Amino acid sequence: MPSPEPLAVEPAGRSTATRSVELDAFPTRTRLSTLTDGLRAYGMIAAMWIRSTMTYRASFVMTTVTSFVVTAFDFIAILLMFTHVDALGGYQLGEIAFLYGAAATSFGLADLLVGSTERLGRRVRDGTLDTLLVRPAPVLAQVAADRFALRRLGRITQGLLVLGYGLGTVHVEWTLLNLLMVPMMLVSGALIFAAVFVAGGSFQFWAQDAAEVQNAITYGGNTLLQYPPTVFAKDLVRGVTFVVPLAFVNWLPALAVLDRPYPLDLPHWFAYLPPVVAVLCCWLALLAWRAGLRSYRSTGS
Amino acid sequence: MRLYGVVMVGWFRRYATYRMATAAGVFTNTAFGFIMAYTYTALWDERPQLGGYDVSQAVTYVWLGQALLMACALMGGGFEDELIERIRTGDIATDLYRPADLQLWWLACDLGRAFFHLVGRGVIPMAIGAFAFDLTLPGSALTWIAFLVCVVLGLLVSFAIRFLVALSAFWLMDGSGMAQISWLAGMFFSGMLLPLTVFPGTLGEVARALPWSSVLQIPADVFLGKRTGWALAEAYAFQAGWALALLGAGRLLQTAATRRVVLQGG
Amino acid sequence: MEAFIELDGVEKVFDVRRRAGLLRREKSQVRAVDGLSFTVARGEMVGYIGPNGAGKSTTIKMLTGILTPSGGRLRVAGIDPARERTRLARRIGVVFGQRTTLWWDLPLKDSYRLMHRMYRIPDQRFRENLERCVELLDLGELLEVPVRQLSLGQRMRGDIAAALLHDPEVLYLDEPTIGLDVISKAKVRDFLRDLNADRGTTVLLTTHDLTDIEQLCRRVMVIDHGRLMYDGALAGLHEVGESERTLIVDLERELPPVVIDLARTVRVEGPRQWLAFPASQSAAPLVSALAARYPVMDLSLREPDIEAVIAKMYAGRSGQ
Repeated sequence: MPSPEPLAVEPAGRSTATRSVELDAFPTRTRLSTLTDGLRAYGMIAAMWIRSTMTYRASFVMTTVTSFVVTAFDFIAILLMFTHVDALGGYQLGEIAFLYGAAATSFGLADLLVGSTERLGRRVRDGTLDTLLVRPAPVLAQVAADRFALRRLGRITQGLLVLGYGLGTVHVEWTLLNLLMVPMMLVSGALIFAAVFVAGGSFQFWAQDAAEVQNAITYGGNTLLQYPPTVFAKDLVRGVTFVVPLAFVNWLPALAVLDRPYPLDLPHWFAYLPPVVAVLCCWLALLAWRAGLRSYRSTGS
Repeated sequence: MRLYGVVMVGWFRRYATYRMATAAGVFTNTAFGFIMAYTYTALWDERPQLGGYDVSQAVTYVWLGQALLMACALMGGGFEDELIERIRTGDIATDLYRPADLQLWWLACDLGRAFFHLVGRGVIPMAIGAFAFDLTLPGSALTWIAFLVCVVLGLLVSFAIRFLVALSAFWLMDGSGMAQISWLAGMFFSGMLLPLTVFPGTLGEVARALPWSSVLQIPADVFLGKRTGWALAEAYAFQAGWALALLGAGRLLQTAATRRVVLQGG
Repeated sequence: MEAFIELDGVEKVFDVRRRAGLLRREKSQVRAVDGLSFTVARGEMVGYIGPNGAGKSTTIKMLTGILTPSGGRLRVAGIDPARERTRLARRIGVVFGQRTTLWWDLPLKDSYRLMHRMYRIPDQRFRENLERCVELLDLGELLEVPVRQLSLGQRMRGDIAAALLHDPEVLYLDEPTIGLDVISKAKVRDFLRDLNADRGTTVLLTTHDLTDIEQLCRRVMVIDHGRLMYDGALAGLHEVGESERTLIVDLERELPPVVIDLARTVRVEGPRQWLAFPASQSAAPLVSALAARYPVMDLSLREPDIEAVIAKMYAGRSGQ
């Protein structure tokens, strides 16, 4: 069995023979140690970037505020719309704020954690990816932590504020299940968006200039999910339910909380699938990443 | 004058070499076009004739916005990052001693870029939009010409604003701060979020009087046939007025900046 | 001697796509490395040279596990770099001449602290290694300085130290002296010589500056078109390249060109004459023969220009 290359990290000093035996016998353990190694490297590199950012404190404050304001524009546009109407696609402002806040927060978290993967194409082009490949840490962790940008907290703050407004406005019976749905939605949503970021980054191993394709799906998806699904054509809704399963970020769970029908005729339990979908997406994204890295290492470009 | 023509063509070509990036960008503009077109449709379904547009005109407005977004560099990506960087590193000193005029030089660069983005990033999304939605397209060639003139005037205004912003880097340690403020203002007041005709009350009046309305709102109105005859002349005068005022301010700032560089000995 | 780096028929083929016409693309293959075989013993210091695009960096990238070979067998410390990249990473050090791995906005010592943790270097070891590097590379004053304020030479020294804190068994250096001033170059070379002598670290060095090789490497490998053109002592390279050394002779007075078996006179200027002889031969017999027959006042010896030697070698091969 070929080792899961970019992920395999082993303590140094063991002979090749024992290692390969171990790999076959305990693949799960290897994967686990890869995960912890990745998280550890991620933490160290992110901390270095935070310290680098703090050497330009004024600029940091400025960019964080900008990030907050520019993302808030999306909601301001919705507020402006609601100066003319009472409902959009059959949804009240509070309900839309709930959808918006959930999407924006999930997206903000994913952007903060792995948004830097969109810079992969640049690193491939200028050859600096190679400097990451000679380090004893998973490349994905290093790329994701690259230029870790704390200013993205501006986006998350904005999302949380709108979410708070939405939660305070909608008329929902807050059963325990509904209460649990909110954090479940945010975490699963962040993972789904993160998977899309990583998959889009992987695509840049082949197409270095294609960062904007990733943007269309990540940023575009975020904008899409800020509105109720009733606004969009059925085919588009089908696409983001079954092809790029963004609908599981907020639409399906949030509509269940709001007790609203989903435009597609789906069983009720689909609303509880986000964690499953998230795990599946992350797994696929990792496969894409590994395929991309393997291709890079065999073509070198 | 020939020099500036060559510079303009050079920048057009420079952007034209990134085919993959252009294709990816077209994909993004198209995706956003679709998403926004549906949200506008929902809004106009609730309030037909909002802001003086019908649904078809509102959706046309969306696709025009996507077609012009890169050309007028509303979300960054124009010449200004490069100029700010040259000011920051001090390379600007050599530019000032060149026989070419700084403002005209960068104007030529930015127009070269803008024309490429107009063709490379504007035409295809617009065509896809026209294919997928019922758009209101101009019936006569004259309207198309009037629209293109309007777009070029809008590009001049957009350049003039960004030139001022870039030159502020001579006085401010971190030029990116100004760039970000201008970026935010541009996003909000150009009508990229929502048509300025939909902005309520005083906010709407202020927004329509600011220079950024030259960039998207006015060209869109010309395209949709909302401004003909005198109203068209008024629109041109408004755009040209802002362009002259801002380019003039740019010249003043440029003179001051040159003096500053000379005093400091480069 | 134990073979530390082993290559056996290693190949690297790249697919190159280029535009042919408006939409059509043509695919062709480029053999960047073509059946390369060599071994490097533990503790050797080898110069790896060749013109641009010869396959030098492709070789280094395969040795470090960045690239996967298309064919052949490659082992570093018994490890297959392509399959066990991260395990190998702990045992090698890499310095890319033009790409710093230091943290631009942070004090130099912060970059070292990251290495400490990322490579899980035991505290005691880390302190010793850092102290040693700081002393020998003269970094004491620089540890608190943000990297962006360092000069090119200071940064290179900083990068070399960063690559050595985890006690790598082999150090790959890609153009380590490029763009450095004379003093920085000398410091870097002294350091590498000590490292190799004291610690027994294996060093593989690619460079355009042949003084690096003359001063550091007993063994030199020349690669071109992905193939090994020469592997051996620096002196032997002269032989292959049919290069000549020049003996500059000051005679007591102006004389007709010297006639002697061991050399040929290539230039006469007043009492000074230039005698060329094969670089592989010793100068001693020539000098004694000369002194016996001519009124010699002074002598000096000029080494051949090694760059010219390599150029000559390439010319010879490609002419075949």
